[in-house]
Amino acid sequence: MGDTLFAAWLIARKDLAIEFRTRSAFFSAVVFALLGLVIFYYSWDPTAVAVTDLAPGVLWVVFTFSGLLGLHRSFGVETADHAIDGLLASPVSREAIFLGKAIANLIFVAAVQLVTIPALSLFYNLPLGQIAAPLIAIALLAAIGLVAVGTLFSAMAVNTRLAELLLPMLALPFFVPIVIAASQSTAKLLSGRPVAEAGAWLKLLLAFDIVFVAACTLIYPFTVED
Amino acid sequence: MKPPSPSTLSSTGAPIVETVDLTRAFGSRQAVAGITFSLAPGDCLAVFGPNGAGKTTLLRLLAGLLKPSSGSAQLAGIPLPGGTLARSRVGLISHHTMLYEALSARENVSFAARLYGIRDPATRVDESLSRMSMLERADAPVRLLSRGMQQRVSIARAMVHSPQVVLADEPYSGLDESGARALTALLRELRSTGTAIIIVTHNLAEGLSLASHAAVMQRGKFVRYDTSARIDPKSYAATYREAVASDG
Repeated sequence: MGDTLFAAWLIARKDLAIEFRTRSAFFSAVVFALLGLVIFYYSWDPTAVAVTDLAPGVLWVVFTFSGLLGLHRSFGVETADHAIDGLLASPVSREAIFLGKAIANLIFVAAVQLVTIPALSLFYNLPLGQIAAPLIAIALLAAIGLVAVGTLFSAMAVNTRLAELLLPMLALPFFVPIVIAASQSTAKLLSGRPVAEAGAWLKLLLAFDIVFVAACTLIYPFTVED
Repeated sequence: MKPPSPSTLSSTGAPIVETVDLTRAFGSRQAVAGITFSLAPGDCLAVFGPNGAGKTTLLRLLAGLLKPSSGSAQLAGIPLPGGTLARSRVGLISHHTMLYEALSARENVSFAARLYGIRDPATRVDESLSRMSMLERADAPVRLLSRGMQQRVSIARAMVHSPQVVLADEPYSGLDESGARALTALLRELRSTGTAIIIVTHNLAEGLSLASHAAVMQRGKFVRYDTSARIDPKSYAATYREAVASDG
């Protein structure tokens, strides 16, 4: 287990170093997220829909689609000159490769969230300070589920001709429970309800994470064996 | 051209690579069809053959990147596909560099070294890059290196963990004369230290100069197989041309 986690961290660190050098996926995801917030803001009629009703949906829709940009790149960097063969021929388990990719993707999505949540607060004039801790917990739980499913489908889609189209088609149906649970629990917090009222949604997110992290880690090796 | 029988393919000494009737099919097509051979430490098998003969598939089977459809193979006593232990014994060189272009040459080789369990790899990485005359450009991002230099880095990456078996698929691809000389010297040195090598190449002269065993592969099978005592470059060239022509 220790070797697997060490190898996973090496792979995650390598992916983050590549992203840090190029910054292409991060800037694309942040620009996409900010544009999404702005577009939703200008299409919003504050006399018809309260900001606390609109903001949670906007936030999680924007997260989901901006996250896909990073998830697509995750295995994309391995296809250039068949770098994935070097990884698969090395003495690290397939599970370590998956976990490494997932850790890097989680840090990527969290970094995008770090920019997007304050931007949401600014655009929609939402004081998020008082609910910061539970909101971070929701964001983290949602990001783990999103990344587990997205990383697996990124691995499956990357060698197809329509990878950019196939990844969202495969992943989005699985993202639905995450988006519903995350937006419902965020709505409870924004409307000033106690955290306990969001408990059921948080439990759903936690259960989704446990099931899909385990399942995707076990399924990944079958996607690279042929 | 008679296909060799398994009994003729055994090397002397305890084998480090051994395949018995190794077969890999893609649908109804057998890319590798019943290959049997064995290599002792320090042996070098040069495999020639036309495009699509199954040479790369054979190497991918031995590297653990593909599972055999039937037959068996073992590497250093470990049956394939043998998981992480078998893969730790292999160094894979390909005409694809398998490098990350945003990282430097040193970072690429260092990353590989750590994956192979070398915890403090700085010295080994420098040695490996130095052998391929890439130490001066070690900190340059791979994307800024020429194709030949990238291939040198790729070879350094494959050798950093001192593998017991080297699988080289068109390793001379992109190398200039000095790079080719450095690779040949490295492969000779590896042989002398007991590393077994399987090299797939279209360059008969380079391949035969290194080889202790040689084979011509066609439609998934070894149609000719010899050990060094019997390798005659002229007749080999003729067999190779015949195989290429009949597939062309």
